[in-house]
Amino acid sequence: MSQPVTESAVQAVIAAPRPSLFRERLADFFSSKRAVIGFTLLLLLAFGSVFAHWLTPQNPYDLMQLDILDSRLAPGSANGAGTYNYWLGTDGQGRDLLSAILYGLRISLTVGVGSAIIASVVGTVLGVLSAYAGGRVDSFIMRTVDLMLSFPSILIAMMILAYLGKGIGNVILTLVILEWAYYARTARGQALAERQKEYVEAAKSLNIPQWRIMLRHILPNCLPPLIVIGTLQVARAITLEATMSFLGLGVPVTEPSLGLLIANGYQYMLSGQYWISLFPGVALLVTIVALNLVGDRLREIFNPRRQR
Amino acid sequence: MSTTPLLQVRDLRTHFMTRAGQVPAVDGVSLQLESGRILGLVGESGSGKSVTGFSIMGLVDEPGRIVGGQILFKGQDLLHLPQQQLRRLRGNRISMIFQDPMMTLNPVLRVDTQMIETLRAHEKISRKDAWEQSRDMLGLMGIPSPEARLSAYPHQLSGGMRQRVAIAIALLLRPDLIIADEPTTALDVTIQSQILSEIQKLSARYGTALIWITHDLSVVAGLADDLHVMYAGKIVEAGTVDQVLDNPQHPYTQGLIQSLPANNVRGQPLRQIAGMTPNLLSLPAGCAFASRCPRRTAVCDTMPELDELAAGHRVRCYHPGAVPEMEVAL
Amino acid sequence: MTDAIKVPLMRVSHVSKTFGHVSDGILDPWLQKLRLTRPSALTRAVDDVSLDIAKGEVVGLVGESGCGKSTLGRMVAGIMEPTAGQVLVNGQDLKTLPRHEAEAARLKIQMIFQDPYASLNPRMRVRDIVGESPRLHNMVSARGLDQYVSEQLERAGLSASLRNRFPHQFSGGQRQRIGIARALAVAPDMLVCDEAVAALDVSIQAQILNLFMQLRAQLGLTYLFISHDLGVVEHLSDRVVIMYLGRIVEQAPVAEIFSKPNHPYTQALLAEIPKMRDRKKVFSIIKGEIPSPLNPPAGCHFHPRCPHAMPRCRAEVPLLKAVAGGHLSACHLNDQT
Repeated sequence: MSQPVTESAVQAVIAAPRPSLFRERLADFFSSKRAVIGFTLLLLLAFGSVFAHWLTPQNPYDLMQLDILDSRLAPGSANGAGTYNYWLGTDGQGRDLLSAILYGLRISLTVGVGSAIIASVVGTVLGVLSAYAGGRVDSFIMRTVDLMLSFPSILIAMMILAYLGKGIGNVILTLVILEWAYYARTARGQALAERQKEYVEAAKSLNIPQWRIMLRHILPNCLPPLIVIGTLQVARAITLEATMSFLGLGVPVTEPSLGLLIANGYQYMLSGQYWISLFPGVALLVTIVALNLVGDRLREIFNPRRQR
Repeated sequence: MSTTPLLQVRDLRTHFMTRAGQVPAVDGVSLQLESGRILGLVGESGSGKSVTGFSIMGLVDEPGRIVGGQILFKGQDLLHLPQQQLRRLRGNRISMIFQDPMMTLNPVLRVDTQMIETLRAHEKISRKDAWEQSRDMLGLMGIPSPEARLSAYPHQLSGGMRQRVAIAIALLLRPDLIIADEPTTALDVTIQSQILSEIQKLSARYGTALIWITHDLSVVAGLADDLHVMYAGKIVEAGTVDQVLDNPQHPYTQGLIQSLPANNVRGQPLRQIAGMTPNLLSLPAGCAFASRCPRRTAVCDTMPELDELAAGHRVRCYHPGAVPEMEVAL
Repeated sequence: MTDAIKVPLMRVSHVSKTFGHVSDGILDPWLQKLRLTRPSALTRAVDDVSLDIAKGEVVGLVGESGCGKSTLGRMVAGIMEPTAGQVLVNGQDLKTLPRHEAEAARLKIQMIFQDPYASLNPRMRVRDIVGESPRLHNMVSARGLDQYVSEQLERAGLSASLRNRFPHQFSGGQRQRIGIARALAVAPDMLVCDEAVAALDVSIQAQILNLFMQLRAQLGLTYLFISHDLGVVEHLSDRVVIMYLGRIVEQAPVAEIFSKPNHPYTQALLAEIPKMRDRKKVFSIIKGEIPSPLNPPAGCHFHPRCPHAMPRCRAEVPLLKAVAGGHLSACHLNDQT
């Protein structure tokens, strides 16, 4: 009920010049404590993973640096040479867990963000094309989307990875194949709505070529929900990659991601060496939660019906 | 024969607390309505006319708030009434009609369900009697084959028909007062005429008082007894329809009347009001219309009061008077 | 200028537009045979309309919901293709012209839209909105673009200093001016205004209408002015065309149509307009709803609501015939005399 009341009263306010939309949205985003927390966490995690080399005493992927005698040490113990402490303990191969987590985060974030970016580009272009072209092209693309979305993702991921073999590249490819469909469907919905709007008719009347209308006019206006999906898809991709690694597909054994670390430590859970699975697990959890907090806030600020 | 007017609004203030600042959408509005009279409330966007209507109905939600004034309905102050009593009044003694009939109608319920529910919410009658009353009211609204319409869903009806159903619902309980917020603005001329005709007849028949909120002077000219013109949250001119339209005193009223194409010479540039609609966030301390007014002087930097010029004809202006020279700036 | 017959700037010839033909999938013919689905319902938005607009004329197109005036306007502006009939610009059907000539011709007719909020791309700056098309069609060099855009904005009554802003930073009236600047930027000969002032406040309407008149005088523009508001149409137009449910029912010079309306629908429309001078008016005469374009009445579309309907009206579609010089009307009553 208050929607029309608020609008009619605030109409005249719009005549005043306002800051750019981007800055307004930015201010809006950070006005929520949860969003700030989520964003800060992500920033810290990203920082940690990018600068892992300088932050960690050990490169866990360099087999030369590992000392098998140091395996399964409790958190806080010193290493064999006494040069540094394993603050979070070591795993079954003698890797310092703190180092392994940071390096593993790097893989998880690369895979998550990388696949999200590629999938979003592919999916969005296909979705907008589908909406603009209509007819058979639209039917074909959308039925493919339906197909992709009707299979359980883990199943398909397992099949593809079993065929392709291990490696980060293969993991990203698999995730892209799984994810593009979400973007395509959402982009198509948005594009269909935008296509009806009068500024598109105006562009046609001004003889602006079709491809340019699609890319320069319709596409930018479809972005808000896609940004939201993108953020949440990163979380989903990371989880999926962790699952694959846990199952033994995905990243190679010598360069473990968080998922593989958790998998490796699983066998030691019952014998009391909880830290080998727990700490990577917590790291994974924090990452996903941070991404979700940010994604939720983005969804809120891009919601046109929201009361401000 | 009661001498207390049906509705008395005294110095109503409804403000909106937005992030950008406080918007004084309604800023000191007073009006009075006798039983059976029709009041036209005229203004453009941002004038506060709709918010006034919503305030009287008690439909203003956050971030809006009624921050001052009194709304006396039959002597009772609506602003200090407990929720339960308000609910008994709303829909029953005071009804509202909106520009979009879908604000009244629930799209997933049939018309008869909605009408019967409305009746039974306020009166103890049987479903059958309620159905018959609903059918009769639809007939009075000029709807052919009302029985068929009763079993329809809103989306099966045309825009004009929907609005008629919404108005029928508003009239079902024979309210004392109806507040109509631009109900015919979105309708075609021929349909608008029919609806205006029905409302006129029914309000005469039941003695219903009507507040007709609109931006369209021509519509209100044929319908109303009294006319109030609003600008930037305040009433700037008030009087009977004849007084305000035949002898407008406020430059804004004059500007509005003069800018109507019908009041201009064919082929000549239309007389227009210079400037833009006011920004409610940064209103000047004095008269809000001053920046657009050709009669402005230094005294206009203080807020003029609503003064009575002739019996019942009030104007908020330091320089009221007959037709000024309006700019034809382009 | 001594030609005997001047080619009209715009001619629509027996133009129709039908909506609702959904491209059936492969399964549909079978499903229809099995009675599981029905063939899609067709709407004749525009039904065999012919109209000439001469250079420099202002033609007002009036009608209520479902009359097809917006659809006709879009076909004139080249945004929509007619299902039947021809649209001729300066006597030429654009479909027969070579590509770049057809494009140039299409730019000559531009449209101003009703909704100031949906008609501008919210993500583009004003200077891009106005400058995109002229730049693409090489009407102005990259270097001269800024100056050109500024000129267009000033012509539409906006300060050029605002050109780097986004649409949401402007009021409704200002946005319409941006739309007008955008149209003017491609040097059109004709503007189709589709309810261009309907969404604006009364005081702003007058400003925009005056702008239209000024541009007409300055640039020699031709207008097709679509509106439901007869008062506005009377003020601006040279000639008025009345449409009802997809057909033209009457056409006449403006003074004549308001003083001597011929068609019963026109007469009803004129009688229904609220006028400020009336007090305590007794509204209304014309009964009935506007029929749905999905299911128009047979014969004359207006006969169910017409106070003078005859049996012939239900059976036969009345043709548009001259009743006086330049005055056409489609009513069987005219045949009585």
